[in-house]
Amino acid sequence: MRFVFKTSYDADIRLFKHRAQATWYVLLLLLVLATPLYFVAIDDAYLLGEITGVLILAIAGMGLMLLTGHTGLPSLGHATFMALGCYVNINLLNAGVPWVIAFPVSGLLAGLIGTLIALPVLRLHGVYLALATLAMSILTSDFVVLAEPWTGGIAGAAVPDINIFGIEVNRYSTPYKFYYLVLFVTILLVWAYRNLLRTPTGRSFTAVRDSEISARAMGINLTRTKATSFFLSATAAGLAGALFGHSAGYVTNETFDLVMSITLLLMIVIGGLGFIHGAFFGAIVVGIIPVAIANGRSFLANAFDVNINIPGLESAMFAFILVCFILFEPMGLYGRWLKIRTYFELFPFYRKDMFKRQKSYLKTDRVQ
Amino acid sequence: MDFLQLILSGLANGCVYGLIALGFVLIYKATEAVNFAQGDFMMLGAFVCIGFTNHEYMGLNFWLAVPLSILVMGVFGYLFNWGILRHMFGQSQTSIVIMTIAMGFILRFFAGTFWTHEPTSLETPYAGQDIRSGGLVLGVDEVLIVIVTAVLTFLFYLFFSRTRMGLAMQAASQNQLAAYYMGIPVRRIHSLVWGLSGMVAAVAGILFASKGSIDPATGLLGIKAFAAAAIGGFGSLPGALVGGLIIGVVEPLASRYGPPGVSQIAPYAILLLILIFRPGGIFSQTQKKKV
Repeated sequence: MRFVFKTSYDADIRLFKHRAQATWYVLLLLLVLATPLYFVAIDDAYLLGEITGVLILAIAGMGLMLLTGHTGLPSLGHATFMALGCYVNINLLNAGVPWVIAFPVSGLLAGLIGTLIALPVLRLHGVYLALATLAMSILTSDFVVLAEPWTGGIAGAAVPDINIFGIEVNRYSTPYKFYYLVLFVTILLVWAYRNLLRTPTGRSFTAVRDSEISARAMGINLTRTKATSFFLSATAAGLAGALFGHSAGYVTNETFDLVMSITLLLMIVIGGLGFIHGAFFGAIVVGIIPVAIANGRSFLANAFDVNINIPGLESAMFAFILVCFILFEPMGLYGRWLKIRTYFELFPFYRKDMFKRQKSYLKTDRVQ
Repeated sequence: MDFLQLILSGLANGCVYGLIALGFVLIYKATEAVNFAQGDFMMLGAFVCIGFTNHEYMGLNFWLAVPLSILVMGVFGYLFNWGILRHMFGQSQTSIVIMTIAMGFILRFFAGTFWTHEPTSLETPYAGQDIRSGGLVLGVDEVLIVIVTAVLTFLFYLFFSRTRMGLAMQAASQNQLAAYYMGIPVRRIHSLVWGLSGMVAAVAGILFASKGSIDPATGLLGIKAFAAAAIGGFGSLPGALVGGLIIGVVEPLASRYGPPGVSQIAPYAILLLILIFRPGGIFSQTQKKKV
C-alpha cells in the first residue's frame, strides 16, 4: 500500500501522482514505440494496420469522451465531424495545401462548424443536444451526396497520400511511418487532454457535468463552457476523421454513418465514461469484436459445419455488450480495473460500496 | 386536387409519426427518460400483429389479433422497464439515452431473425378498399389512421388532466423525489407508463403495417417521430401530434415540388430550424433553470 503525502496544492493536479505511476507510463510509451519492431520481425504489417485503426478510433473517442464523459453532454453525431474533417482534409490536399497545414485546419474547421450547429441547442437540456446531433448524423449521408463537387457524392473520393516535407506516408506502402504518425498525433492529443483537465477550463467542464446549478453558482458561464467543450471535442473528431480517411484510402457517403456515431458512443461507455483511458480501452474492444465475431463464425463453420450468417448480428452483439455494461458496470472497463486495483491495494479492507455514486434524482425543467 | 390528395395522404403518414411521438412523449412526461427505441417498439408491435394475423404465421382473426398484440406490447413495455430501466434509476440521462439506442438495435435484430428481414404487410380485412368523393381517393386504412389517432389523443388528454393516475404521472415527472415524499409509487408508475407507451406503439405499428409494408429497419422511423416530438415541444401531447402532422405533410410536398434529395432532409431540416429559432418547440414548455 502506498501513501502519497500531499505537501503542496500542486500535488492534486500533477500529471503523475507518484514516481511509480510515471514509470508505468514511460514503459507503456516504450512498448507502443517498439511495437512495429515485432511486425518488422514477422514481416507482416496487417495487424499493425489494425492497431493504427484502433489508435484513430481512440482519437475520435477522446473527442467524444471530453464532451460526454467530462462535460456530460451526449452526442450522437460525432461521425459527422469526422466526415467534415475528412472531406476538408481531402479538398485541401487536392488544392495543393501541404499536409502539415491541411491536417490541423481540417480539425479546426470541423470544430468551428460543429460548434456553430450546436450553439443554439447547447443552451437546452442534454436530450435536445442528443436529438440535434442525431438528426445531423442522419443527414450527413444526404449532405455528402448533395455536396458532390467536393465529396464525390455516391461514387466517393480517393484520399491523397500524406507528404510531410518530402516524406511520403501511405497506409499500405509505408505502414510503419503511418503508424508512427498516428501515434504521434495520439500522444500529442493525450498530453493536451491531460493538461486541459488540470486547467480551470477543464475543471469547469467537470463541474458542469456534475451539477449545472452548482457550476453556475461558482460563476461558470454554462453556455461558454459547453461550447468550448463542444469545439474541442469536434476538433478532435475532425482530426480523427482526417486520419481515418488516410487509413481507409477511399471514402463514400456511407463511410461516416449513424452506426459509426453510435459505435463511438458505445466505445466510450464500454471503456469507462470520464476517464481518458476509457477511450483507449473502448477502442480496443471495438477493434477486437468484429475480428472475434469473424473468427467465431469461421470456427463454427469449420468445427460443427454450422453457418451462422444472420444479418445484423454484429450490431446486435455490440448493443448487447453495451446494455450489459450499462447495467452491470456503468463505470466501464477502466472502472472495473480501478476497482480491482483498489481491492488489492487495500486488501483486506475493500468495501463493496466504495465506488458507489450518489444517485441524482431527475427534475424536469418544464413548467406545467 | 393533386395538392389536396398529397396533403391528405401526408396527414395519414403524419398521424403514424404523431402516434410514435405520443409514445415517447408519454414516457418523457412521466419518467423524464427519452426512449430512443420507440420507433423499434412500433416496429415490434407491427411484427407481433403480423405474427398473429398473417396466414404464413398463426393466421388468427384480425380483430382478435389486434387487441392481443396491443396487450403483448403493453406487457413488453412494462417488463422492459421492470427488468432493465428500473435498475438504472438514478443514473444520468445520458446512460438512459445510450441504453435505449442499444435496445433498438437488439429489437431490430430480434424482429429480423424471428420473423423476417423482408418488407411485409399486415393482412387486414379492409385492405385495398377506398372511399371516393369528388375526385379524391382515400384508402379506408388512411381514414382509420386519422380517426384512431384523434380518439387516442383525446383519451390521453383526458387521462393526464382528469384522472388521479395521470396527475400522479405528472407529479412523478416533475420531481421524482418530491413525488416519493407525497406517497406516489414512482417505480410502479414508471412501469405503467412504459406499458402504456408500448400499447400506443403497437397501435401505431398496426396502423403503419396495414397501410404499407414494414421491415425491421422501419424502426429508424422513430427518429422522424423524434423530430416530430421536438418540433411540437418535448413533453406536450398535442404538440407531438401537431409535429407529426407537420412532418407527414411536408414530406410528400417536398418530394413532389422540391428538388430531388430534399424530401429526406426536410423533416430534419425543420427540426434543426425549430431547435435554433424556437428551441422549446411550438408548444414550448421549457423554461431556463434558475439558480
